[in-house]
This record gives sequence, C-alpha cells and structure tokens, in this order.
Amino acid sequence: MSNGNTALAEKYRNNFLQEVIANVEEGEWVRMCMQCGVCAGSCPLGNAWAHTPQEIFMMIRAGKREEVLTSDSMWMCTSCYNCIVRCPRKLPITHIMHGLAHYAERMGLAPKNQPTRKFALEFWKNLTKTGRVNETSLGVKLYFIDGFVSGIKKGLAALPLGLRMFKTKRLDPMAMISSSGCKGKGDIHKILAKAKAIEDAKFQSKNA
Amino acid sequence: MSEAEMKIGAYLCKGCGIGERLDMSAIAMITEREAKAHIVKEHDFLCGEEGVSLIQNDIDNEGVNRVAIGGCSRRAKTEAFTFGDIPVTRANWREGVIWIRPDTDEARETTNDMAADYIRMAVAEVKFMHKPEPNEERATNNRLLVVGGGISGMTAAVEASKAGYPVTIVEKTGALGGIAAQLHKRVPEKSPFAEPVDTGVAELIAAIDADKNIEVCLNSTLAKTDGAPGRFEVTVATESGSTEEKTFGAIVQASGFTPYDANKLPELGYGKSADVITQLELEKLVNDGAGDIIKRPSDGKQVSSVAFVQCAGQRSDKEGHLPYCSGHCCTTSIKQALYFKQSNPGIDTNIIYTDLRTPGAGGEDFYRSGQDKGVTFTKGNVSEVSSEGDSLAVKFKDLILNEDAQENVDLVVLATGMVPNSGPNIDSELTEEEKNAEEKPISILNLNYRQGSDMPQLKHGFNDSHFICFPYETRRTGIYTSGPVRRPMDIFQAKEDATGAALKGIQAIENAALGRAAHPRSGDLSFPSFQKSGCTQCKRCTVECPFGAIDEDEQRYPQFNEARCRRCGTCMGACPVRVISFKNYSVDSVGQQIKNVEMPDEFDEKPRILLLACENDAYPALDMAGMNRIEYSAFIRIIPVRCLGSVNLIWITDALNSGFDGVMLMGCKKGENYQCHFVKGSELAQIRTSKVDDTLQSLSLEPERVETHEVAITDIERIPQLINDMAATIERIGMSPFKF
Repeated sequence: MSNGNTALAEKYRNNFLQEVIANVEEGEWVRMCMQCGVCAGSCPLGNAWAHTPQEIFMMIRAGKREEVLTSDSMWMCTSCYNCIVRCPRKLPITHIMHGLAHYAERMGLAPKNQPTRKFALEFWKNLTKTGRVNETSLGVKLYFIDGFVSGIKKGLAALPLGLRMFKTKRLDPMAMISSSGCKGKGDIHKILAKAKAIEDAKFQSKNA
Repeated sequence: MSEAEMKIGAYLCKGCGIGERLDMSAIAMITEREAKAHIVKEHDFLCGEEGVSLIQNDIDNEGVNRVAIGGCSRRAKTEAFTFGDIPVTRANWREGVIWIRPDTDEARETTNDMAADYIRMAVAEVKFMHKPEPNEERATNNRLLVVGGGISGMTAAVEASKAGYPVTIVEKTGALGGIAAQLHKRVPEKSPFAEPVDTGVAELIAAIDADKNIEVCLNSTLAKTDGAPGRFEVTVATESGSTEEKTFGAIVQASGFTPYDANKLPELGYGKSADVITQLELEKLVNDGAGDIIKRPSDGKQVSSVAFVQCAGQRSDKEGHLPYCSGHCCTTSIKQALYFKQSNPGIDTNIIYTDLRTPGAGGEDFYRSGQDKGVTFTKGNVSEVSSEGDSLAVKFKDLILNEDAQENVDLVVLATGMVPNSGPNIDSELTEEEKNAEEKPISILNLNYRQGSDMPQLKHGFNDSHFICFPYETRRTGIYTSGPVRRPMDIFQAKEDATGAALKGIQAIENAALGRAAHPRSGDLSFPSFQKSGCTQCKRCTVECPFGAIDEDEQRYPQFNEARCRRCGTCMGACPVRVISFKNYSVDSVGQQIKNVEMPDEFDEKPRILLLACENDAYPALDMAGMNRIEYSAFIRIIPVRCLGSVNLIWITDALNSGFDGVMLMGCKKGENYQCHFVKGSELAQIRTSKVDDTLQSLSLEPERVETHEVAITDIERIPQLINDMAATIERIGMSPFKF
C-alpha cells in the first residue's frame, strides 16, 4: 500500500469504496447506507463533527479518499451506540467509525494532534507495556499530553483533589514507579506481535 | 298503490335499554293517532326470532305491506329486518336518541320528543316508499371487452377467462405484449427480490393463444361504443377499414401509457449524444447486445461506467415536464444497473436520485440487493449532461455533501416518466396549443354518451378512479380502467390492477343481468324515473350525472340508462321541477319526513334543526358517536340521504318555511382528493346550496341558519360538535319566525 496515499481515487467511482470494503473493519457495510440521515440526527456529538457518519459514507462513495482519511470526524465518536440502535439498515456505524479511524492511522493520514487519537495511543502504549493499565502513570502522562507547562498547571489545579484521594488511600504515587504488571507479560508481547503480523499479512495479501 | 291498500305496521322495540329510557306508551299512542300507523306493536327484543316472526306474521296474515321499526339504526340488524321487497323504514332510537342523550330527569322530555319525531318521520317516509319495479333494461351478455393487449389487458383477459367469462381483446398494434414485450427482464415480484427476472410476456401470450375463450382482434380500434353494462354495442374497426359490430357485457380499458418524449430534455443531452438514452432504449440495447456485453450506441465501445439520472423530466414544475412520479423508474434503474453488474461487476453503475422510491413489498429488498451488488446510489440533482471528449460529463449537485460534482461516464440512462393513453379530456375544451398540435389525443372508446367520448380524467390526464376509497371504481359503470392509464404503475401493480378490473367487469355483467346497482349501492333494485309531462328539458340531470348515465333522446328529453346508473340521486337533487324520483327514495319520501316533524311554537324554546346526512360517511359517523355515547343537542332531527348530491333545494326551503330554525348538510370531502362515494355529489350539493342565500334573503332569515359541512367517517367527535355549535348559533340568533 505504498502508493495508496498518492493514487487519488477517481470521483464517484467505486475505487475508494472498494478499498474501504476490503480494508476497513465492517467497511463492507458502507455500500448498504441508504442516506436517510438518522445517524447524523442521532449523534449526540454530531454538531461537533466536521462530517456526520451519513456524510462520511457519501464521501466514501464519492471517492474522497484524502478528505475522509484525514478527517478528525470519526475520531470524535464516543461509542454511545445511538446510531447503531437507530440505523434502519442495521449498519454497525460505531464500529465503522472506529474501523475508519484505525485505517487512517495505519495509512499515516490520521490528524496528528487529534486528542482522541493521542489518548488512544498513550492508552495502548501504557496497556501493552505490562499487560495492565497503570492508572497513575497514564493519568500523569495525560496531564502532560499538551506539553510541560500546561501539565504543571493542570496538576496544580487538581492538587486538592489528589491530596484528598491520597488521604483516603485512593491514590498511590509509588505505583507510578513500582509498576504492578501482570504475570507473563513477555507472553503478552509475543501474542500482540503475532497478532500484528497476522493483520499485516492479511492486509498485504488483500492489497497485493 | 292507493292509500286504502296501504297497511303500515309500526313495531316499537324496547330492547337495548330503549324501554327504560323512553315513555313507550306515549310514543305508541303518537304512532297510532298522529303518525297513523295501522298496526302498532311493542316488543322487548324485536330483532330476536320472536320479534321478527311477529312482523313476518303481520305481513303474511294481516296484510301489512309497509313496515316502520322504532329501535336501532338502519345500519344495524339489516338482515333481521329485511322482509322480501316490503319497504322498511327505521326510527333510530338507539344510536340516534338514547345513546346520545343524558339519562337525567331534565333531559327526559326532549329525549322523548326526539324519539316521537323519529317514529313520525319513519311512518311518513314509508308511506312514500314503493316496491321497486323490474328493471326493463336487464340484459345478459357475459362477454368482456378488453381494450389494449399489453400486460394489463392480457392479464385482465386471462383472469376473466379463468373465471369463466369469454373475452375479446382489441389491440391497436399488430401484436400482443405492449411495452412489457420490449423489456429485457423485469423487476422480481417474488422473494428474495434479488435478481431481474423474465418478463413473463411470452407465457401470457401463449396462454391467450391457447385459450378458446379469448378472442384477439389485432390492428383494431373501437370506432364506436354505445349502450350500457350488459348490452354494450361496440363497433370494432380494423386497420384495413373493415368494421364489425359486437356486443359486450362490460369493458376493461387497459390502454396503457406512452413513454415521455425525452426530446424535451436537451439539457440532459438527449438527442445531442447517442449515448444518452432512456430506460426503454436501454432495454432494447441490452436485448440487441451480443451475450452479456453492453456496448454504447455511438461507437460500440464496451460500457465501463454508466450513470442513471432519476426523475428526468418528472416530479418537476418546469413547463413540459411531468409533475408526478411515475413510480416504477427507481426500481427499473436498479434492475438495469444489475444488467451491467451481471455482465461485469467491475462496471461502475451510479444511480443519481433525489428521493429513491421503491414501492411494494419487495422494493426495499431489491434496493438492498442492488447496493449489495455494488450499485452506487448518489443523492443528487442532475443539472446537465454534455459530451466531454470521449465520455459524457454528468454535472450534478450532491445533496448530501451539498456541493457541485461531476462524474464522467460512457453511458447515461434517463428515467423518464409515463404519459397515460387516456384519450381526450372530455371535461375541458382543447387549448389553442392542443388544437394546433399535430397529434391530438385520439379517443380510445369513442363512447356515444352525452357526456363525452372517453372516461373522465382527474389529474395529469389519468383516468378518474375513486383513488382514496375505491380505487377500482370509475365514473362509467361497466367500464373499468386498469394499468398505467389510471395511475403510473409497474408490471406487478398493473397485473394486480388488471385482475381487479376484470372482477369489477364481471360484477357489472352480473349486476346488469339482475337489474341491480353496482357499487356503492350494490344490490339496489330501484332506479330513477321521470315524469315526461313536467320536464322542462333544462338538461341539468344529463349534465350533472357523475356517471354519464343519462343521455338525451331525439326530442331532447333525458333518457335514463338504468344499468349505467349508480342510484345516487344526483339527478333528483338537480331537477328544478322535481320530476325525477326513485320508487323508494323521492322528493316526497324525504320531504314528508321534514313535514312530519312536530314543530313546537316559538315560545317553547325548543328549536328544531334539520340535518341531512350522507348515508355513506356522515350517518355512520353519527351512529358511532352514539356508540361512544357522545352527547349532542336534542333539537336535531337527522335524515339520511343517499348522497348530498340527491338533496333537492326544495327540502331546505320547505324546512325553513315550516319553522326549522337551522338546516345542516353533511357530506363527504369534495374536490381533487374527493371522498364522495358518488364522486361529484358532494361538490354539486355545495354549489347548489351556495344559492340558498337567495331563499334565506327572501324569507328574511339569517344566513347562519343553513350550513354545509364536509365530514369524514372518522369525525365521530367533530360531527356532534358541529351539531352543538349549530344549536348554540340558533340560541344566539333566536328562533325562526316561521313557526305556525
């Protein structure tokens, strides 16, 4: 898929749609959308999106590869599942949104500073490191996600809350260092590596 | 029958709580002394076996030949209270009195007044009802004429033949099949609704060829159609010029449609590029194509991308465009896109639509099937199609993304609409443009009817059908339209429609043989007759009959064709000299009811309001108001009429003259979306009553005293409200000064 980013799909041809069907999780459903707009009307965050799911599906059919994959819209999905529940055509819209976000990331087209994306990456890193999420270190990481100064400011603002949590033994600063990873985390790393290899192979064979 | 021979039996039922609510002995006395019924009997349960045999016994042994029943509505217990052809009337005490009045001491007197008036009215009415005479026009010819040999006509013929009726198909062209024969395949009509299927035309033609009961006249048209159900005299003319007289019992008009002329769509490239074609032309292209390969017309290049433009010249207000949706084109485009997908799934097929409509049970499944097989659907408005190098540029506005877009394709298919072959519009004069046009609409039936040569049209040139309530009906009894001449439809709908039309034709044949009316007064044996001596030849009846049942004879007197008549009485309502009547429904049978309402004097503070209620919607709604115990004024006196069209203005004048404080008329919805069972009756009544103001003025009465309302059968709460409003109005403006 080396030239995939540069080869622009021809407008209103099936090329990009075919690409989505082949590579995006649940992407085969996109062609079944009947453009009723119920998803767009049901999304509680719809106003905050540049493109509603309805528009994204239309853009896929219109072959707007670049616009879709660089969009931050599907990263805005909070997985409330309202759209899935309401879609008269039973499209798994939430899953398609995440599938598209994942595919955009794989293609290297996802918007770099999109906060959901950044959080997702930190979460994944934190989780896979030891096989268990370290809430304290993930929390601290997130405080500093926008840089050092903003991190200090956010930390100071939350200080009273942190102290109270500390007093009631809800916060253990030591946990940040003495990570309580799960047993056999080496095996987890192996599993993940294998899974990635399988996925990559699948992708390679589809787009050979 | 003279007064002396008439023996009226009045039977007063005390069941359903009537006995407890009404002063029965007083009412029985009124029935005997005032209404002058010859026999008056009370019974606790009149509709039971014993009650019915009581009446039957009086008929058999006491010489009772008129029956007036006080009890439930005339719409209830009709089977129990039918005694051969003895005229029966009903005083609606249950639904019309006790159920709509409160059971209080205060209300008792007015409730009793109401019940007493209703039995007076029932006895008065039955005095003017007579046994219907045998219909002289009865005629038996059970052959069905089908005009048009397309899918609708062939289906009608096959279905009628299956039911045992001989059929003649008259087809203008040299072959059966019509437009459907030009199709490659058609939209599926059975589950799983996934793939285009065989048209079935060949099978139908084979079935007709093999059927000895079906006669086919090709290259033929109707030169003249005369007569009535059971005895249509038709002249069939062949292209060669020979004519033949044939007689038929009923006619199915399945004259189909003409595809819209795409030359009117130059902006969509039609006529400019050979690669812009209509749906029907694509069918030919696919049929002509070798194997599965579809080649474009201009240079024979194999088509690799195709755009379907929906609503081409349809659903548009632009001049020359069709304002309506033709109903089939969305599914047809899906079908045609699948032709391409079947030959090669890699061909880009884009259907550009504004609203995708896939009617029918399987429509949605077929749409999904199209999507599943990779047909792309784009919500957009196409503005222009033009040649651009080797391809066609389709410019459109993407309505989801709200931006102008363009797609370049090898072939563009326009979804143009259906234009009905309904003949000239008999209700409108030809416009200058039409007069000068090269092709004038050609008459299909050439009816020798006073009202015109063809079936009346309602909208956009489609033949009138009672499309809201009784879609298979037409305005010419015994002639039924079917297929796209009635409304745009696809093959599946046309077949269903044709089956319905064939059955309607058979009904008409059977009714004509027995001299009975067709829908909605099916089974009615009465028919209008007129007294020639009083007729002024004003032609109102011949012009206003909604069903074209009345012609004019050589001396210009009305000539009734009973078999064409639907017994609505519109002619009776129209006649200014009141010479038209039915044996069991006449100016007198209603007029006497009005006159026999007891009129309390001005100082009794008991106003009287007359309500003439259409028996089709208003009266049932009133009955249902009773069932729901919705109270309304005790001052109303309700008389059901066959149709508001049968209301003769003399009734209103008489009512006002005899002291009624208000008159209300309730009929069905009129106009374009009419619900009037007799199509025009309600409309005509409103036109006529608009002239009542003159009468009111001459009597120095307030205009509020006469009201006409359009009601529906569902207005169960509204109708009582309208009655109460009228009672309030009378209270406000005061009593009529005409109480003597």
